[in-house]
Amino acid sequence: MSDATSLIFGRLGWDALPFWSMLHDHSPMTVINGVIATGAAGMVVLGALAAIVLVTWLGKWKYLWSEWLTSPDHKKIGIMFIVIALVMLSRAIIEAVLMRVQQTFGLDGGFLTAEHFGELFTTHGTIMIFFMAMPFLTGIINYVMPLQIGARDLSFPVMNQVSLGLTAAGAALVMISLVLAPFSTGGWTGYPPFTELAYNPGAGVDYWLWAVTLSTLSSTLTGINFAVTIFKKRAPGMKLFRMPLFTWTALCTAILMIFGMPPLTVATGLLALDRYLDFHMFTTDLGGNMMNYVNLLWAFGHPEVYILILPPFGIFSEIFATFSGKRIYGYRILVIATMCIAVLSFTVWLHHFFTMGQSAHINAAFGIATMLIGIPTGVKVYDWMLTMYRGRIRLSVPMVYAIGFIMLFVLGGMTGIILATPSVDYQVHNSLFLIAHFHNMLIPGLLFGMLSATNFWFPKATGFRLEERWGYRAAFCWIIGFMLTFFPLYVLGLMGMPRRSVAYFEPQYLPWMITAGIGAMVILCALLCLLMQLWVSIRDRHANNVFAGDPWDGRTLEWAVSAPPPEYNFPVLPEIYSIDAFMTEKDRGQGWQAPDHYVDIEMPANSTMGVIIGITGLAMAFGLVWYMWWLVIGAGLVTLVAVIARGFVRSTTRTIPAHEVQRSHEHWLEQVRRTNPIDRSLEQTTANHGRPVPPIEGAVQ
Amino acid sequence: MSSTDTHALEGNSRHPGLNLGAAHAQEEDTREEMVFGFWVFMMSDLILFGLLFATYVTMLGGTAGGPGPQALFELKSAFIQTMILLVSSFTFGMASLALKYREDRVRLVVWLLVTLALGLAFLFFELKDFHSMFDKGGVPSRSGYLSAFFSLVPLHGLHVTAACIWLVALLGQMAVHGLDAPVKTGILRLAILWHFLDIVWIGIFSLVYLGGLS
Repeated sequence: MSDATSLIFGRLGWDALPFWSMLHDHSPMTVINGVIATGAAGMVVLGALAAIVLVTWLGKWKYLWSEWLTSPDHKKIGIMFIVIALVMLSRAIIEAVLMRVQQTFGLDGGFLTAEHFGELFTTHGTIMIFFMAMPFLTGIINYVMPLQIGARDLSFPVMNQVSLGLTAAGAALVMISLVLAPFSTGGWTGYPPFTELAYNPGAGVDYWLWAVTLSTLSSTLTGINFAVTIFKKRAPGMKLFRMPLFTWTALCTAILMIFGMPPLTVATGLLALDRYLDFHMFTTDLGGNMMNYVNLLWAFGHPEVYILILPPFGIFSEIFATFSGKRIYGYRILVIATMCIAVLSFTVWLHHFFTMGQSAHINAAFGIATMLIGIPTGVKVYDWMLTMYRGRIRLSVPMVYAIGFIMLFVLGGMTGIILATPSVDYQVHNSLFLIAHFHNMLIPGLLFGMLSATNFWFPKATGFRLEERWGYRAAFCWIIGFMLTFFPLYVLGLMGMPRRSVAYFEPQYLPWMITAGIGAMVILCALLCLLMQLWVSIRDRHANNVFAGDPWDGRTLEWAVSAPPPEYNFPVLPEIYSIDAFMTEKDRGQGWQAPDHYVDIEMPANSTMGVIIGITGLAMAFGLVWYMWWLVIGAGLVTLVAVIARGFVRSTTRTIPAHEVQRSHEHWLEQVRRTNPIDRSLEQTTANHGRPVPPIEGAVQ
Repeated sequence: MSSTDTHALEGNSRHPGLNLGAAHAQEEDTREEMVFGFWVFMMSDLILFGLLFATYVTMLGGTAGGPGPQALFELKSAFIQTMILLVSSFTFGMASLALKYREDRVRLVVWLLVTLALGLAFLFFELKDFHSMFDKGGVPSRSGYLSAFFSLVPLHGLHVTAACIWLVALLGQMAVHGLDAPVKTGILRLAILWHFLDIVWIGIFSLVYLGGLS
């Protein structure tokens, strides 16, 4: 390569294209893997093109720009987070299915190369944690939490845009790595020394490094934003112990983000110094110590597990209460349990590496700390069950996910207790038993939580219900698919099969592998059912509209406003006198009332900061991956200038006049009056337009 | 009842110690959020430094036969840097007082400029230190110990650089918009960062320099 091209393109060459090696080497293995990689890259390019063509064809660029990309509205930002999560979820599920198929045929070989398989499990893990789970829960908290506490927006709406921009940039970087390959093969944890320059000089690890770093920065900012909002922006009377449980878990998750993300920033930052500036933090020579990386990573990694699981706990708490027609059992205990989990989560990180050489005493201490977490979690499970006890349970779609969650999550917790015993861990660590365990926590816990939340709050966000038939199909496919896929992995782990194996030579594994492969197909069906559900719901949106805003006889404030809510959420800020504020209002017959007078509402003005930081963040990361230094410096300067220039902007708000607020609120109230109140038995029919009959006796305590 | 009334009822005090002009409850609430948010960010940032301190301590033995603290550090220079930074904290304190008690902007700007000059002087001496370390073979690629040093101490320097840029930007904002509310909260938050960096430096001076030379 000439000097001029390398100055512009860095180390990016033709060989980065996924079909390049296939053109030179015609062996069947190379061709098969080349075709798969090229197909995936083609899907990314076609998908991007299709999106561009569609928006152009619909003539929606201006709408997209002014109503979405530059909007500081927490509800729209939340939805965009969730869209990113769903796109990335689809990719990571397809990768998972591909890995299952490989292992189904993996006796003595299979069709994927070890390199390709390594990229698959690395991207699968990285995406699922950083670009599916994190944006999904960030999106849902973003949407729901301000509504639940009676706020008009987050404390820092522009910073919220920046968070979205950074996450989008990270996700885009992972997508680009399909077209300009390769991605890392170091697993989502990226342990050195394997990920050091000496063993892994290519661009792959750098893609991973910068994608994760972008996501981490995004989550740190998000955590600060959520915590400050909950502490400072609650409506009058919304004391901490009147907050809905979902908001409580959002608060704990935010605190975990604030303290749990910096260790990952340090870990990836130091690894980057090793790779770019020839530092020796984690190298095998000259006094480097890779155990520091492992400690730093898990000092993030374990709080991260609870960042992922606490919001679902909050979601399920809301869902059990709503669909049992009862107040949540043991509200205060649930709050305390959540806090206990948040604190304990910082004391257990070492259980991720019991076998890495520390003394037995240290292992024992961390093993006991780990088992302690089972106590507050167990308290929660009993509280949920007692919420259902003697409730008037409706087996809605969110409820199916929730009940599936309780059963499967308890099972996963049991295997967690097994793994928390260091002596047992020595036998099964790094085996498929571990893979089965954490998927058993994350799929029924996190993913069911997110899907449950989507079914629950979708009508609030869009104004129409998600269609239930496809919803049930998706839910049951998820539950059955999960069990078929991951229960065999427990057995395989006990039989001794290591994780991350591209192939195996033990015929006894085969039946279990085939079962797991079938399970993966059922999960693929679940994904298709979700897409069908979305499509059918959009098609039938007029019949299923719930403009009145309260399709499930909800208990908390977000159900007190129209669906979708106005930009400013509440025409006047509500006053709160109890937990389950909206249910109390309905019980007293005070729901859906017009205020005495309306005032002008000041809302944050649109801003391009999120888009700018997103684009420059992506450009810097891409430049760093391929050593295009001009791009790094240029994008860095633009970022600096943008941030400084933002400080000079003074027109950061716009005012919505009182008469406009009044007009839209009175229009909604009129619609509510015209809406026929329905009994809960009609909840899933087209009669449900979002107004319930007054609460039955005993529903409000 | 507006949200601000409730805050007052519940005993949430306005931000103390700073005269933000005529009382205007709504705006003060927004400012309080900004300042509180910045404190939270500082907590997060403190974790970064805490972890790097911890990592540094574990890497003390990893000199791999290269130069160690005794060979590389000069107490005199480190002491000068410490003094400069401590004095800059004092001058920033004077700037805060000028912001609170003085109507005229002159004192405020002068104290801020003095602070900026001290910040830049600190950076100058720090870079000079690094230069002399490099001359003695103390480069980060030499050993794990030096890598740990150069991941901790220059990060503090980067923070000081960012704080200096912020200070200049605030002076620019003051020139364009006058001493309005965003500039005031900006100075308030920068003060928090400046004193925070002072505290971190005291940690560096005690642990890295005094500890290394003892």
